[in-house]
Formats: sequence, structure tokens, C-alpha cells
Amino acid sequence: MPPRTTSALLYLDGVSVSFDGFKALNNLSLAVEPGEMRAVIGPNGAGKTTMMDVVTGKTRPDEGEVYLDGMYDLTGLDETEIAILGIGRKFQKPTVFESHTVEDNLLLALKSDRRVRKTLLWRESVEVSARIDRLLDLTRLSAVRDRLAGGLAHGQKQWLEIGMLLAQEPKLLLVDEPVAGMTDAETRQTVELLKEINRDRTIVVVEHDMAFVRDLDVKVTVLHEGSVLAEGNIDQVSANERVIEVYLGR
Amino acid sequence: MRALFGRLRALAVAFGLLLAMAAANAQSFDQALSGFTADSFSDTDTAISAVARSGNPRAAQVIGALQDGQLFFDPDGKKVYIKDKDDRLTDAATGQAVAGPAPANLAPVRLNNRLRRAVEAALGALSLFAEDPGRRFEAAQAVFKSREAAALPTLQTALAKETDPRVKTALTEARAALVLNMSDASEADKLAAVPVIRARGDQDAVALLAGLPSDTPPAVSKAANDAIASIQNGLAIWSAVQNAWYGLSLGSVLLLAAIGLAITFGVMGVINMAHGEMVMLGAYTTFVVQEVIRAYNPGLFDYSIAIAVPLAFAISGTIGILVEQCIIRFLYGRPLETLLATWGLSLILQQAVRTAFGPTNRDVGSPSWMSGAFDVGQITITYNRLWIICFSLAVFVGLLALLRFTRFGLEMRAVTQNRPMAASMGIRTGRIDALAFGLGSGIAGIAGVALSQIDNVSPNLGQGYIIDSFMVVVFGGVGNLWGTLLGAFFLGIANKFLEPYAGAVVGKIAILVLIILFIQKRPRGLFALRGRAVEA
Amino acid sequence: MTGSPLIRALDRVGIGFLVLLAVIAVIIPVGNLLVPASSPWHVSLYFVSLFGKYMCYAILALAIDLIWGYCGILSLGHGAFFALGGYAMGMYLMRQIGTRGVYANPILPDFMVFLNWKELPVYWYGFQHFPYAILMVVLVPGLLAFLFGWFAFRSRVTGVYFSIITQALTFALMLGFFRNNFGFGGNNGLTDFKDILGFNVQSAETRSALFAISVLTLGIGFYICRAIVASKLGKVLIAIRDAENRVRFLGYRVESYKLFVFTLSACMAGVAGALYVPQVGIINPSEFAPGNSIEAVIWVAVGGRGTLIGAVLGAILVNYAKTSFTSGSLAPYWLFVLGGLFIAVTLLLPRGIVGTVEYWWKGRGPKTRGNGVAPAGVAEPHPAE
Repeated sequence: MPPRTTSALLYLDGVSVSFDGFKALNNLSLAVEPGEMRAVIGPNGAGKTTMMDVVTGKTRPDEGEVYLDGMYDLTGLDETEIAILGIGRKFQKPTVFESHTVEDNLLLALKSDRRVRKTLLWRESVEVSARIDRLLDLTRLSAVRDRLAGGLAHGQKQWLEIGMLLAQEPKLLLVDEPVAGMTDAETRQTVELLKEINRDRTIVVVEHDMAFVRDLDVKVTVLHEGSVLAEGNIDQVSANERVIEVYLGR
Repeated sequence: MRALFGRLRALAVAFGLLLAMAAANAQSFDQALSGFTADSFSDTDTAISAVARSGNPRAAQVIGALQDGQLFFDPDGKKVYIKDKDDRLTDAATGQAVAGPAPANLAPVRLNNRLRRAVEAALGALSLFAEDPGRRFEAAQAVFKSREAAALPTLQTALAKETDPRVKTALTEARAALVLNMSDASEADKLAAVPVIRARGDQDAVALLAGLPSDTPPAVSKAANDAIASIQNGLAIWSAVQNAWYGLSLGSVLLLAAIGLAITFGVMGVINMAHGEMVMLGAYTTFVVQEVIRAYNPGLFDYSIAIAVPLAFAISGTIGILVEQCIIRFLYGRPLETLLATWGLSLILQQAVRTAFGPTNRDVGSPSWMSGAFDVGQITITYNRLWIICFSLAVFVGLLALLRFTRFGLEMRAVTQNRPMAASMGIRTGRIDALAFGLGSGIAGIAGVALSQIDNVSPNLGQGYIIDSFMVVVFGGVGNLWGTLLGAFFLGIANKFLEPYAGAVVGKIAILVLIILFIQKRPRGLFALRGRAVEA
Repeated sequence: MTGSPLIRALDRVGIGFLVLLAVIAVIIPVGNLLVPASSPWHVSLYFVSLFGKYMCYAILALAIDLIWGYCGILSLGHGAFFALGGYAMGMYLMRQIGTRGVYANPILPDFMVFLNWKELPVYWYGFQHFPYAILMVVLVPGLLAFLFGWFAFRSRVTGVYFSIITQALTFALMLGFFRNNFGFGGNNGLTDFKDILGFNVQSAETRSALFAISVLTLGIGFYICRAIVASKLGKVLIAIRDAENRVRFLGYRVESYKLFVFTLSACMAGVAGALYVPQVGIINPSEFAPGNSIEAVIWVAVGGRGTLIGAVLGAILVNYAKTSFTSGSLAPYWLFVLGGLFIAVTLLLPRGIVGTVEYWWKGRGPKTRGNGVAPAGVAEPHPAE
């Protein structure tokens, strides 16, 4: 295993991605320390989702370095390998397995041997049931565990997806707009949920909702046109002239 | 083969006779003709050679009539007549029509097999002096292949008189062939003959040079071997050109068949399995148009294609819009089900056409301006293929213009690239879908008109092209017509280049393997849209 | 929920279905062989062969349902695997003819003698041995599917793209098998079989035995599919069908899963073809025709994709209808009916017969546990923007 070159859990350096001439990411550099929760904000087209795509292997960067744990080069790996390394992702639009029950959704996400043979011969154990029960409690979905995920309310789907993320037991969670379409009460609950998760996991949250980011009360990175515009706590970045210009002031 | 050899030999004999003619005092044509009146095979034989030697311009006609059993003689008047199909008599000696009643004892001049060969040979030699340049050309070619040295003097005479450049070249080549095969020709003459043969540049030239007699001087043999190598290089190039031409032709057909498919696939993400049947309907439209023209106004036949094109577009296009409105609209977001439903539709359309027009091939004619062919170097180019290439390119350019310069084209491109975004910009995507489907089907109909010119018009017509069209779409990618163009021509040419080496079937399989390997590198085809908006 | 996955595989309906198959496997041969022809309970030989054929189709339908209904892979080339299995069996049967052929050549099949071939091609070696032939029945389609799938799934060829490439595959194979120099009898294919394992293929006893074996194989195939579908792997397959990318981000290697079921499914199709050939007495290149493969897909759609019993039912129903139509005066209209069926089922009955019944039976509530009935129109998620 190559030696660690950085203390950061997630380390992006000089990452650029372009689509047919349009620069989605432009020399983006970012470092997230272990145990940190980081909020990433930015106007539409700032490159937030593309950044997640690069980290999770969906999009290959044209140039730049992406390291997990300072030793795993993510640019050469595909989605599956990166997921197995310990990066979990929640999509902007909740994607759960609609024709599976809530419980089966969690079961599929649960950290386990992902190989075909092992999956075919897999048997449910008491320990697994206990883990699923814990996750159902955490995400407040115990009452609907036997429902098809397709029949859940929007907020419940969001939580189910967060639950699935947790079930993977990743080192790093990438959460894309977790509170989009949620009521205020649900948003508050989600803040609590994320804080709870952050006790033992590193999280990167992409969000539009400034009230939510303020509630999270964590370090904020502002993206603009594919690179970092400002970094600091919410008050610092809110006071930053350039941020006001491109984003907050509009 | 044997028969051909016999003929060549007979021809050579005839040249020998003609040779004799040059020396001998020309008997009069009339005298020669009288030999036919004796009703004996040996006299007839003499008469044939005498007539052939006479140099009389009527000689060819007389011997031709003899061959066709139209030469008659009157044993009493010792005169010879030609009787045509309508029983009219002409005097063989003068060519004057005979007025009044026919002589009473008129009998045909009889032939046996030996005489028939003599007749053929005489005709062959006479052909070198025939009036029609085409026949003279053929006769020269026959001499080239016969390599009979005896024909040389006649050939010289013919060459001296010849004015048509094409025939002159052929005669020169024939003379060179004879010189190379004559043991008594000088080495210098033979060396001079080699470049003439080399300039001919075809398989026959190679065969001639490879089969030189054993007493050929070494210098000539060496020159011949060099010439063979050079000809074969030339032939290889021509065969490549030929393959490229066939490939272009196939590619243009594939382009026509696939481009409508690419549009519907690009805009709606659905594969229309009934696309081939839209092509078939276009071909049947052409058939019906031609039937109507034949029945009511045969003079319009040359315009039948021009009439069929818009009609086929309208018919297939209308059916396409109907299909979209009645079936595909309800299957949005379920491309695999669309595939099945349109397959079902294709079965129905095929069977409907089979019921209406019968299962057999229908005859679709070519207008005069599309039939025929011309030669370029060593390859033959048929007009219908040439027109189809032009036509497909015209359709391509027209479509490109439609997409680039019209409002409909703009909206269609918008829907192709990002459907939800287009919808939120106020584009009525449902309408665009229907029109795009109609457009794709209409183009398929046009493709059917073109295909009716080179393929059998039967209910299965579409099936033969549809899988290759799918491959074009897979290869070329969607959302960019240039991909379809490149894909079609690439597959067409690759197919035709693989065929000679691997056979048509293995060629097809090789293409499939090629495509499978290709999509390893570019899963979405040559010109795939890229970006976040495209989610596979 | 706990317990061996092999036992857990069968629910009550599944057990009932297997019992039904067992009964059929006994009753029909008995009805043919033991009940006298005069009795109204006598089953004719024609019927035995016909239903034997349907059983093979049902196995093919199961194979298609496993990949399409549960994993969302629509193969339009499964007829190719069916035919390859059939050819492997046909080659065994050809070698069994021996000196009883027209040319009485002990080694070479008639068509090779006719083509003036002097030696048996290498790929025909070993087919005189039944176990080897059976191995090939499974191995050849399996290997082809594995290679093809490896390339296709690795480069993420999905959906319509995959379908039309499989169609091209079977089309190319059809062209190949039509050729005489491929060594599979060209146009005419393989036919004039005499006996199988020493039993006359024409005799009533052999036919009944083949029927029973087909039913038995169908049962085994059903059980295997059921075991897979009920396992965690089955849940992964359904997840892939509904949201392939999401599965990838969970760390599953989607292509391996697809490759596994696709290969297994091809092997099943091969076995179906192998059972089919001795019962119909011929295998020729037209079995590779793309139309055949698509027709097999519609059996599954009619019965209900994502329901194994539906696939079996659909295969039998559609083929029964086909037999009834094409043997009577209505023959010219069969293609209209079949075409209409494609359209009607996709438009009006997307769940198929069994799927629809199941949907009503379970009270169409969202509380039901899914066993893979596809909610109509599950589209791929669009995580972008």
C-alpha cells in the first residue's frame, strides 16, 4: 500500500472536467479531514454534482488527483470499486429500489460480501436483523418496514436513502441535497440525523438551502464555476464579498 | 469451353481464307453466289468462302441469312434470294426486292454442322469489316483471345481501314497478341507488343502474357513478367476501387434505411422495429404508382419515381404518426415494451401487405434514366446505384438543413438533448415526438422507393435491411446525423471489403464482432452526446 | 425468514406448481401408453409430442423471464441459445444414425457424404457419446453467452442497445448455419434421426419418456429460477432492473450479476433446445430466425414477466393458440393475431396474466411484499441535475 501523502480523508487537487468545451470543474482543490462534516454550496452549474460524480467514479476527470485516505487514487476506479472502498452516495433525487420493501432496501445496502456466489448463498442471521432494526429506528422507518419503497412519502424516501448509506458503513458519505422537498419539521429532523451520523463518519453535504446549512453549523465550501470561491464557517463565507456577488446577493 | 474453342478455331480458318482472298483474283460476287444453287454441301462450302472473300458489302448479309435459314435458291433460274420473316423476297446479288410472284421451285440452302461452323467463321471474319463498331470491337476481341497467327494479314487490313478509336485500340491489342504468339516475329516486334498488352491491363492480358509460347526470347519473357506484375498491381487497385464502389452503394442504402431510425431513436429513445415495414410500404407505393401509370398513362413512366417519392413519404409518414399516436405515446419511458409493440406492428403490416399484394415479388421497373451502366477503367457503374447514392446524400443534406434551419428542427434537437428541459421551455414534446416519428417513417418510405430499384419488392423487403440499420445506429450513435452517415458508409464499405476474403456470411459475423469490440471503447456510438444531462 | 435458501425458495404456489407438473408427467404418458385407444381418456401420440414441445418452449420462457422479468435484460437472441442446444443434441442424434443413413456411411452423416466430405470435422468429434453431447448442450450456449455478455455488460450496453445487438447475434448465426461449409447440414439442418440412447425416437414409449423428462426438466428449471429469485441475489437482480446505477453505488459489481444470470439463462435455453429436437425430429437454421426469439419474449409478456409461473403459462397458451390457428383455415390470420397480441399485451396488460391476477389478489396495496412484479413504467433514475 502506498504511503499516505495527506492527512485528509478526501483529497482533490487540481481537478478539471469538461463536457464538449464546457468546463464543469476547473482546477478544483478540496480537502476533507476525517470526522469532519463539510457543507458544499454554490449556485446552479457551480460543479457540485460533477464533483460528486468525480469522487464516486461516475465521471473521469480530465486532469487532477483524487485520493481517499491519502492512498487510494480514485481516478482510475469505477463506481463499484469506490463504493467498496467506503464512499457512499445519496443522490439528489431520491433513488431507492421501488419494488423492494423498505427492509429489503436496507438489506441490500448492508455491508456484506458483494460477490455473486456469496450473495446467492447468503442467509439471514440474527445479527443482520438486529442491524436492520437499528437502522430502521434511526431513520424512523420501523412502522413501514414491510412497505414497498415505491409507496413511501418523499421525505421517507430521503431518509431511507440515508439509512441505506449508513448500512453500507462507509468512511465517507456524500449527500446531495438531502432536504430538497422536505417540510421544515423534516428538515430539522434531518439536521439532527446528519449530526448523529457525523459522530462516527465523515460527511460531505451539498445543499442549496442556506437555513439548513446554517443549522448544520459546519465548515462551508463555496463553489463557483467549477472551483472553490471561498471556505470557512457560514458567517465568514456570508461576509465574503465575492460570495455575495455571485451567490448570496444575486 | 469446348464450343468456344471450336468457334475460335473456325474463326481462324476463316481468316486463313480471307488471307487467300488477298492473293487470289477476286471472283465476282455473282459467281460465288451461284455455288449456293447446286444444292450440294461441298459447293455450298466453296460458295461460303467465295462470298466471304469477295469483299462485297452484301456478303455479310447473305451469310447471315444463310445462318438464319433465310437464304433460298431457285434451281431453274440459278438465282439466290433472301426471304425475310414476312416472306418478302430480295435478290441476294443486288439487294433489290423481287416484284411479282416468287419463283415456283424456291428451296432453302441447306446446311450441315460442318457448314454451320464455316458460316460462323465467315461471319466472324466479316465482322472485322462490319458496319456496326460494336460488332467490329467484338470481332477484334475474339481475335485477341484466339491468338491464331493466320488472322494477322486480315487484321492488318482491318486496322488500316479502322477509324473508331475504341475498335482501333482493340485491333492493335489483337495484333500485339498475335505477334507475341508467332514464332517467326522478330524480337523487336515482340518487345514492342508487350507494352500494348500491358496497357490493356485486364485479366485477359495477364492470361495472354502468362501463356507465351516456349520459344519466346528471354528478353521478351522478362518484359512480359514485368508487365504481368504491373497489370496485377493495377488490377488490385481496380478491385479495391470496385469494392469501395459496392461499399458506397450499400452504405447509401443503409444510410437511407437507418437515418429515419436514428432520428426516432435519438428523439424518443425508442427503436421502431416496424421501421423496415415502413421501407417496405414505400417500395409498394412505387409499385402501385407504376401500375397506375402503366394502366392510364404509360408516357409518364419516366416520372414514376418522382411521383412515388413524395407519395411514399406521405403514406409512411402518416402511418408513422398514427402509430405514434395510437401505440408509442402510451409506452413512453418503456423502450423495451415499445420494441415489442412495434415488432407486433411489423408482423401485422407484413401480413397485411401479403394479403393485399400476395407473397411473391412484385415487379418494379426502372425509368430509362436509371437503367444502363457505364465503365470507368476496369469497373462498371450502373446508373441506378449511382442515382441512389446521390439520392441518399440529398436526403441527408435535406435532413441536416431541416434540423439546423427550421423551428421544428431546433425543437427536435432540444428534445433529443434534454427532454425535461425542453418541456419546461414550452416545447410541446408530445407534438415533437409525433412529428419526429412521422418524419423518420416518411424517410423510411423514401428509402423504400430507392430500394425498389435494386431489390425485390416483397413483403419481407424491410426485414433484410433492418438489422444492418440497427447496427448503423449502434455504431454511429444518436443525436448526430453525421454519426449515421459515417456509420452507414463505414459498415457498407467494411462489409464489401470483407466479403471477398471471408465470404458474405463470415463478413457479416466479422462486422458484428467488430461492432461489439467497438462499443467497448464507445458504448454510445461514434458521436455520443456527453455530459451530465445524458444518463444512460 | 431463516433457514436454508434452498428450502426457502418455494412458497405454497411454487410447491403446488411442482406437484402439478409431477402429476402431468405421470398422467399423460399413462394416458397414452396404458389407456386403450378406444377409451375417451386415451391421450394421442400427437398430443404427447405437441405438449412435449410446449414444455420445451416453457423452459425457454423461464430462461427469458429470469433475465428480462427479474434483471431487466431483454434478449432478442435467446432463440440462438435454444438452437445451439438443439444442434448439439441433433449432432448426437446424427451420429447415432450410423450405417442406417441413405449413404450408409458409419462415420459421416448423410449430408457430409453428399457434399463429398472425406472426414468428420473436428468439432463433430465426441458427439457420438451421449454425456459429451449433453455437456455441449449446456456448455456451448453458456460459453457464447458468457463471452457475449462479458463484452456487452462490461461496456455497459443496456436496454434497447443490448436487445438489438442480441438480435444481430442470432441473425449472424442464422446466416452461418445456413451455409453448407459450416458443417451443420446447411439449409436442411439435421434430421432423419433414428434413435436416442438405443431407443427409437419415433416410438410411443420414447415419446412419452421424452415428454416426462421435459416436464421434469421444466420443474427443475422452475425450482432453480425460484431459488435464485428468492435469494438475496434475486433481490439484487430486481434492484438492478429498477435502478442499475444505484446498485453500482452500493458496491455491487452489476456486470458480474448480469453475466451470471445471462449465462445461466442461456444454458437453460440450450437444455430446452436439446429436449425439443428429438421430439420434433429436426433442427434447422430457421430456429435462429430473429422472429423466433422475439416470439418467445411475447410468451413471457403474455403470461406475466417477473412471475415464473406466468412465463410457463404464457408459453403454453400462446403456442396452443398458434397450433390451433395455423392448423385450420384461419392460418393466414395468425400473424395478425400474434402482432395484435404484442401490441395489446404491452399496451393493456403490461403485467401479463399472472402478474395482473397477483396484483388484484394482493389487494393492490403498497403494503404487499414485492416478489418482482414490475410496476409498469419503472424508468431509470436520473441522478443528474
